[in-house]
Amino acid sequence: MEKCSVLLTVNDLKMHFPIRHGFLQRVTGYVKAVDGVSFSVCCGETLGLVGESGCGKTTIGRCLMRAYEPTCGTMIYQNERGETVDLARLPGRQLKPYRRELRMIFQDPYSSLNPRMTVLDIVAEPLRVHHLAKGKDLEDRVAALLKRVGLRPEYMRRYPHAFSGGQRQRIGIARALALSPRIVICDEAVSALDVSVQAQILNILQDLQLELNLTYLFISHDLSVVEYIADRVAVMYVGKLVEVAPTERLFNAPRHPYTEALLSAVPKPDPRMRSRRIVLEGEVADPANPPSGCYFHPRCRYAQARCATERPELHDVGQGQQVACHFAEELSLSGVRAN
Amino acid sequence: MEGPELLLEVKGLKTYFFLDEGTVKAVEGADFSLLRGGTLGIVGESGCGKTVTAYSITQLIESPGRIVEGQILFHRRLNGVEGSPATTEVVDLAKLRPGSRSICEIRGSEIAMVFQEPMTALSPVHTIGDQIMEVILLHRKVSKKEAREQTVEMLRHVGIPKSETRLDTYPFQLSGGMRQRAMIAMALMCRPSLLIADEPTTALDVTMQAQILELMKQLQREMGMAVILITHNLGVVAEVCEQVAVMYLGEVVEWADVEALFADPLHPYTQALLRSIPKLGQSKKGRLDPIKGMVPDPYNRPGGCPFHPRCAQMIAGRCDQERPPLVRRPDGRTVRCVLYADS
Repeated sequence: MEKCSVLLTVNDLKMHFPIRHGFLQRVTGYVKAVDGVSFSVCCGETLGLVGESGCGKTTIGRCLMRAYEPTCGTMIYQNERGETVDLARLPGRQLKPYRRELRMIFQDPYSSLNPRMTVLDIVAEPLRVHHLAKGKDLEDRVAALLKRVGLRPEYMRRYPHAFSGGQRQRIGIARALALSPRIVICDEAVSALDVSVQAQILNILQDLQLELNLTYLFISHDLSVVEYIADRVAVMYVGKLVEVAPTERLFNAPRHPYTEALLSAVPKPDPRMRSRRIVLEGEVADPANPPSGCYFHPRCRYAQARCATERPELHDVGQGQQVACHFAEELSLSGVRAN
Repeated sequence: MEGPELLLEVKGLKTYFFLDEGTVKAVEGADFSLLRGGTLGIVGESGCGKTVTAYSITQLIESPGRIVEGQILFHRRLNGVEGSPATTEVVDLAKLRPGSRSICEIRGSEIAMVFQEPMTALSPVHTIGDQIMEVILLHRKVSKKEAREQTVEMLRHVGIPKSETRLDTYPFQLSGGMRQRAMIAMALMCRPSLLIADEPTTALDVTMQAQILELMKQLQREMGMAVILITHNLGVVAEVCEQVAVMYLGEVVEWADVEALFADPLHPYTQALLRSIPKLGQSKKGRLDPIKGMVPDPYNRPGGCPFHPRCAQMIAGRCDQERPPLVRRPDGRTVRCVLYADS
C-alpha cells in the first residue's frame, strides 16, 4: 500500500431511527440503520460501499452529508489546510463551508432534478447559494461544467425533461462538481442507467477523478461496477461493516462468508462459468430486531454455536484487510477468479 | 419434423403505436422461435421493444398500439383421450382479437406472465391468496375449497414459508422477494406450457435474484415448461438461458445459442454490448468501452440499419440506406447485418 493522507475518518458512526407508536408517540424501539461503523477514506481514492438494500449504505452517505443527525460517533474530516474537524458535531452555520467540499450524486436521475428549473438554474444553484458567482460569470462557469461532463452548453436553457437518463446523470454530476468538492459521494450513481450509458458515466467519473483529484465514496449494490471503479471496498450487512479490503483482495480472497456469498450470487456474463452458486437462504435481517451474536449467522453456511452468542468485531487480518468474523483465519473461501 | 418440438414461432412481428406525435415502431421485425421446454432470453437496452414483444405474444397491447404485421404461431397441445398421443394445434396469436374468448383461454392458463415490478403488479387491496386463486377459478372447473388447497400447495412449492397463513396477507406485508415468489406462484397455477418473465429479478438484490433464478430453473425442470426471460442483464442471460435474442430498436438483430453468442458475437451491437459491461473477476484498470451515443428517440428511427449511427463498423452509403437482410447462418443463428449478407 502506498502511503496516503487520510481525508475522512469515520469512527463508530451510529444512526438509530426511533420507531414511534400510539397516541403519545412513545418510542418503542429503534431501527439501527447504521450501527457502529468505522472506516477511513484516503485522498484521491475510491472507496466502494456495497451491500443489499436496507443494509444502511445510503444512510452512511446521508450522515456524511449531515442530511441526518448521527446518533453518535465521529466523522473527522481533514480540510485543505490540514486542520481536522468533526463533521458530526458541527452546528449548521459552521457546517456551511464544508458543504462545499462534500457533494453528492444521487441515484435516480429522474427524481433528483427539479423539473421546473432549467439546467442552468440547477447547476448554478450551489454557486448562487455560496455567493461564488453571478451574471455572465455564472453562466460561463456553468457552461464550462457542462462541457466537462460531455454536454453541449447550448442546452443549458432547457428543462430536464428534454434529456435522457444518461444526460440527466451528467447534469447531476455537473451540479455536484460546481463547488469544486474534494469528496463526492456517489449514491448508486449508475444503477438506474442502461449498460451502454453506464459505461459512459463510469468513464466520466474516472476521468474527473484524475483531473480534479477527487475522492469518491461509491455506494452501489452492483459488485461488478464496484470492482471496476473502486480501490478499496467495504461490505455492509445490517448496519455493520463485515469486511473492508483492497478491491483485488476482496474479490480474489474474501474472508467473510457474506462477501463470498454475495460474490457468487452475481450472474457472470459468460455461459461457460455457470457457477455452483451459493444461494443464501432467507432474507436480510430486520435492523429493528437483529439476530443475536453475528447478524449474519442465521444465513451463514459456516455458522457455529459461538456465532449465535458472541458478536465478532472488525479486526485486521493483514494486507489491509479487515473482517468481522470469528473464523476469518480458519475458513478458506473462494473469490471470483478461483472458479 | 422430428426432434425437439417447436412451441412458439415469431415471424416478422411488427407492433406499432399510433400516437398524435407520430407512429412509434416499437417492434419492427422480430423473428425467433422457441422449443418446448426451452429457455429463451431477450436482451436489449430499455426502449428497444423487449416488453412490447412479450405483450404482443399475450395480446396485452393496448390501444393505440396494434400488431400490424407478422405471425405468432403457438403450438398448442390439446389433451387427447388418455393413452392416445396428444395432438397439437397451431394458433396464430397475432390474428386473435385482443380480449377475445380464445386469447383469454390461452392467456393465464397456457401462456403465463411474471411482471417486472412485484410492488406494482399485485393489487394492493386484495390478499395474495385471492389474487392467486382467481387464476385457477377462472380457467379450471374447481370449487373454492379446492382452489384454496391448490394455492397453498403452490405457495409452498415456490418457497413461501407458512403458506396457509401467508395466503391471507396483503402484498404490502411481504418483502420484495416474497412478492416475486407470489407472482411466480400465480403464473404457474395452471401449469402453463410457456412462462414469460419480464425482468423478474431486476428490482431485487443479487442474493434474492440468485434465489429467484434458482427457483425458476427448478420449477421449469419439474413442470417442463418453456420460459422467455426478458432482461437487460447479460449475466442473468448467460446464467439461465439456452438461446438469446438480442433486440435493438424493435428488431431482433441477432438470435443464437447462448454459448455461441457469448463466445463469438456476430452483430456489432452485440459485440459492443458485451464490451461495455464491467465483468466480475476480469482485470480492471482497462477502460470500459462504451457504445457511443444513445438509443435514438423512437419517433426518429434512423433509416437503413437502426444501429448505424452508433456502429463502429458502419459502411457509409450502405448501412444508412438499405435495411439489412436477415441472414441465416449454417449453424442456425440469425443475424441482421450487411457484414454477413454476402457470405
